[in-house]
Amino acid sequence: MAAHRCSNCAALLILCSLSVFIVVDSQETTLNGGHHATTVHNPQTTTGTAEQTAEPAVEERRWEATAVEEATPDDDDDAAASDKQDTSAPETVDPSSVPQPKDDFQEELVIRPLHSGDIYASFQFRTVWETDFMRGNKVSHYRLFPKSLGQVISKFSVRELHISFTQGYWRTMQWGQPFQPSPPGAELWVWFQDSVTDVDGTWKELTNVLSGIFCASLNFIDSTNTVQPSASFKPLGIGNETDHRFLRYATLPREIVCTENLTPWKKLLPCGSKAGLAVLLKSEKLFHSSFHSQAVHIRPVCQDWQCKTTSWELRQTLNVVFDLHNSAQGKREWSLFKMFSRTLTEACPLASSSKIYIDITDNPQGEQFEVSPATPLLSQAVVLGDRRTFSVYDLTQQITFGTVRSLNLLIRWKSSEGDMLRPLLHAERYVAGYGLQTGEIHTLMYNNHPYRSFPVLLLDSVPWYLRLYIHTLTVTSKGKDNKPSYIHYQPSKDRLRPHLLEMLVQLPPNSVTEVTVQFERALLKWTEYTPDPNHGFYVGSSVISSLVPSIVAMDTNSTRERPLFSSFFPCKEESSYFVRVYTEPLLVNLPTPDFSMPYNVICLTCTVVAVGYGSLYNLLTRSFQIEEPSPGLAKRIANIIRKMRGVPPL
Amino acid sequence: MLTASCCYTDRRRGQLAALSIAAVVIIVGVPLWWRTTETYRAWLPVNQINELANLQLQLSADVEVVFARGTVTPEQQKKVPTQVVISLCLFCSSPLEADLSLHTLSESPCGSLVVYVIPESSTLLPEDVDVYIGQRRTALLRIGAQMRVGRTLEQLLAHLEPRIKQVLQVMSFSHTDITAALSDRVRLSPGNKESIADSMRAFKSSPGYEITFSLLNPDPKSHRVHWDIEGAVQTYIQPLLTKLAPLANFSIDSQTLYYAMLGVNPRYDSSRSAYTLNSDSLAHVINPVEARLGSNAASSNPVLNFLLYVPDAHHSPLHIHDHKKQEVLSNAFHSPRWGGIMVYNVNGFYGPEAVFPVDININMAKVMGVFLAQLRLLLGVQSSAPPPGFLVAPCSSTGLADWELDRLMWSRTVENVATATTTITSLAQLLDQIGNIVINDNIAQQVSSAVTSLQLAVAELEAGNLGFALQYSKEAILASERAFFDPSLLHLLYFPDDQKFAIYIPLFLPMCVPILLSLLKIVSEARQKRRERQAKKD
Repeated sequence: MAAHRCSNCAALLILCSLSVFIVVDSQETTLNGGHHATTVHNPQTTTGTAEQTAEPAVEERRWEATAVEEATPDDDDDAAASDKQDTSAPETVDPSSVPQPKDDFQEELVIRPLHSGDIYASFQFRTVWETDFMRGNKVSHYRLFPKSLGQVISKFSVRELHISFTQGYWRTMQWGQPFQPSPPGAELWVWFQDSVTDVDGTWKELTNVLSGIFCASLNFIDSTNTVQPSASFKPLGIGNETDHRFLRYATLPREIVCTENLTPWKKLLPCGSKAGLAVLLKSEKLFHSSFHSQAVHIRPVCQDWQCKTTSWELRQTLNVVFDLHNSAQGKREWSLFKMFSRTLTEACPLASSSKIYIDITDNPQGEQFEVSPATPLLSQAVVLGDRRTFSVYDLTQQITFGTVRSLNLLIRWKSSEGDMLRPLLHAERYVAGYGLQTGEIHTLMYNNHPYRSFPVLLLDSVPWYLRLYIHTLTVTSKGKDNKPSYIHYQPSKDRLRPHLLEMLVQLPPNSVTEVTVQFERALLKWTEYTPDPNHGFYVGSSVISSLVPSIVAMDTNSTRERPLFSSFFPCKEESSYFVRVYTEPLLVNLPTPDFSMPYNVICLTCTVVAVGYGSLYNLLTRSFQIEEPSPGLAKRIANIIRKMRGVPPL
Repeated sequence: MLTASCCYTDRRRGQLAALSIAAVVIIVGVPLWWRTTETYRAWLPVNQINELANLQLQLSADVEVVFARGTVTPEQQKKVPTQVVISLCLFCSSPLEADLSLHTLSESPCGSLVVYVIPESSTLLPEDVDVYIGQRRTALLRIGAQMRVGRTLEQLLAHLEPRIKQVLQVMSFSHTDITAALSDRVRLSPGNKESIADSMRAFKSSPGYEITFSLLNPDPKSHRVHWDIEGAVQTYIQPLLTKLAPLANFSIDSQTLYYAMLGVNPRYDSSRSAYTLNSDSLAHVINPVEARLGSNAASSNPVLNFLLYVPDAHHSPLHIHDHKKQEVLSNAFHSPRWGGIMVYNVNGFYGPEAVFPVDININMAKVMGVFLAQLRLLLGVQSSAPPPGFLVAPCSSTGLADWELDRLMWSRTVENVATATTTITSLAQLLDQIGNIVINDNIAQQVSSAVTSLQLAVAELEAGNLGFALQYSKEAILASERAFFDPSLLHLLYFPDDQKFAIYIPLFLPMCVPILLSLLKIVSEARQKRRERQAKKD
């Protein structure tokens, strides 16, 4: 009993010291353990002593108060003194002397009821920081901008960085265009500054660091899935550098996005998930949805209209589509609480603007659905070539939260039918063919515009193990051959780089354009197969970038104050808007060998060698003698008959 | 008869063939198979590594003793090999000035010391001070009355020796420093708890350090906190780091973290109407904060964290209490090998009609004073109390005297040598024990360069060239770490020998069975023949 207590005490002590710092700890625990071991014979008395001896040690190491006496450097006295005088005065509340922060944070949530009855929620958090990462000067003091990303930008001389993690596929036909498109899996594209000499090496290091920051397998990005698109991915920020030597683009269609990616993403927000819109980001709800996509975009932007000063913009976006029918048991009713299992009580105190937009364009008189609480604030924004109306809830105003001090938006549908949307541009892709030797990739691009044709840029990055037969490339629209005006093709090298195919194709109005190309499946080395080779191999989405003709005039001033969701892609002309469409990723089966093959081969070879060796051995070692052949059966029978007849045998 | 002899020669031939095949298999086949399935192991300087394992360190520091006029008698002076006796600074009134003027007199290389012996009657030093330690690498030593009794120079020097030894221990290295630096290799003798705590407080030697200042504002709704970290770093931290540049590379970052809470709820002390953090709860403060701090993405150097915590409006003022329940004046504490935390109370600035959020400017002089003291501790700049009779000059503008830097360099060099030796010997031991590890030429080269650098560092330490020794020890540590953590060491680690044999069984079995059988047969026949021959003889 006593021994038991003693061990309990020791365990407590060990636990206690474990919670102290690990470095100190290894010593500490051994110390306690030692006491315990030596004092087993007399537990009752020695527990006390062990406690007494160990306790002060624990306390001593746990923390040490810092003495200030030696703190201020003595000969800095005059400087320090003057500093003290300087700073002690404004230490009191004096807003005029407070330096104006050079960074700014905004948050925004757009909720759009989709025609299919689903709900599309798009979060955007934007940090703009007036600083200069370029030209080699060291940036090291961070306020709202996350330090980890800032260090990445300055260490790797990144000019623009776009990274997205997506779970699920955005159904353009049912849901229309998203505010920020992204392909399934992980996508990363980076523009480096032109001071970078070894772009490939920097890219490799950068992917490794990013995979650490976002807890994702971005370290699987290597030369076999990285391409340098020549036209499809232009910088979204300022800067006229378009030499695609400094661009790298890679996708990982297999990447699975989950909580471990969301947590580091939330950590980059100034308010974390403690205040503001980010309190809604609870993973158990976000990942119980049809589509989930989170992204980080960093780019240099103009500070003002004249673009005299530049600043860095970090946009963190999170798009999620909630399936109405699955989680609402057939009732068409939605609220913030049902979607996120939280309500809003405050804006992030660091945000200069914090707003919720609800798209009510399709619902001007409230015949489709009903939003409560109602808001008098309405806003119009031109987004994706369409003028849309939004109800606005400004979270920085206390009145938004009403008397209950919490905001729980509620959308109740009245009519149940949703008609199919006809997005102007959408695309799909599939693999055709049979057998495990050859196949054909079909890409279909739909232009649903009734009378305008427009050009699209198609980017295809196909891994090397699908060997494209580029001579079989055909582009047809409306049954006729459609000759691309620009083709950039980079053939693959086995185990080194993928195929890259870029084409500028003119899509005739109201048409389907089909791009087909045949391929042959390569045999991989047995170590190159994934752990589940029969699942198949993913081929990343095709990217279709286009300037789609717009019905309404687009806003070309990029620095004007407007909602974040409408200001992501810069607009160069009023009559068209930029759209990027991702197709489905492909899943292709490759011929998979029997993976016990190497062992079988060794066994078979050994057996063949052994058989050959055995016969050789026999030939060499056995001696051969001529033996009287025994008479045949017929002869023997004949002899017996002859014996019976009394004639001499044969 | 003919057939019998034919049969006999045939048998003979068969036996010979079997024997020669067995011989070929054993002499050619087995070694060939062994060679082709062997793992590649480059040559390592094992002997030199073993020599390193029982390393004898010998440190030597140059000490120059200069006698001022009036300290040596004329007959002693005759025997001084070179006439270095100088009349020093006749007009200096304070030791500080004397120190500076002496420094301009002779620039001593790092690691060396100059001791000026001044006459007993000199008024340069205060009454009860015998030794004055300057800001550079100089010390003034007052010659005692009893020291002059010696007739010869040797006697004089013999008298001076203990004093100079003391000076050396303060200014260069002492036995405890070196044992602390060697703590990785040498088991510390238990008992001296204070020195263990001291030795564990400072960061391990590393080629670079990241210093991160974080402002924790758990309550941005009430406080809008501003700190001029850029200016403060320039004014207070940068001079020290410039001085420490030969030791390691430093990089400084700062960040502001909002909604960063401490892990413990402070207790309300109604007698003081303040919240208190007890000493035993401080251990739990850091962990939840550390998750927010974020690791440094751009390098793998150790990070020194300095946190400035502004308590939220509902929990202020917040005071740290030591284990005697006394308020800690600086309101700060540090954690060994991690960093420091300071609590900065701002409730005094609210005023009666404060409107939240309150704008607060932080007094950086106060904060940086604390952080600078913590930084010195964490970097291992130890200010152990000097022995009685010693007077240490006040800090220079850089916050670090030359001899303090030297002291640090001595212990860091020894620590580097010890760490690199441990790494290299344990790597060699590991490679020796596990035969499956592939040793690339690259690794072998790293190991050899580490060994060479180590030998050079030890030699330079013996010669007293501190700067070179530190340089070589850094190279040694880098090369040894690179060799130790090379990923190619892991390639065939988990491919055991029995699997190798199992795979080749289909070859071995059919080959060896006939050979063995025929060998057995030959042996038995030979035995039978001998028996027959014996029977015939009988």
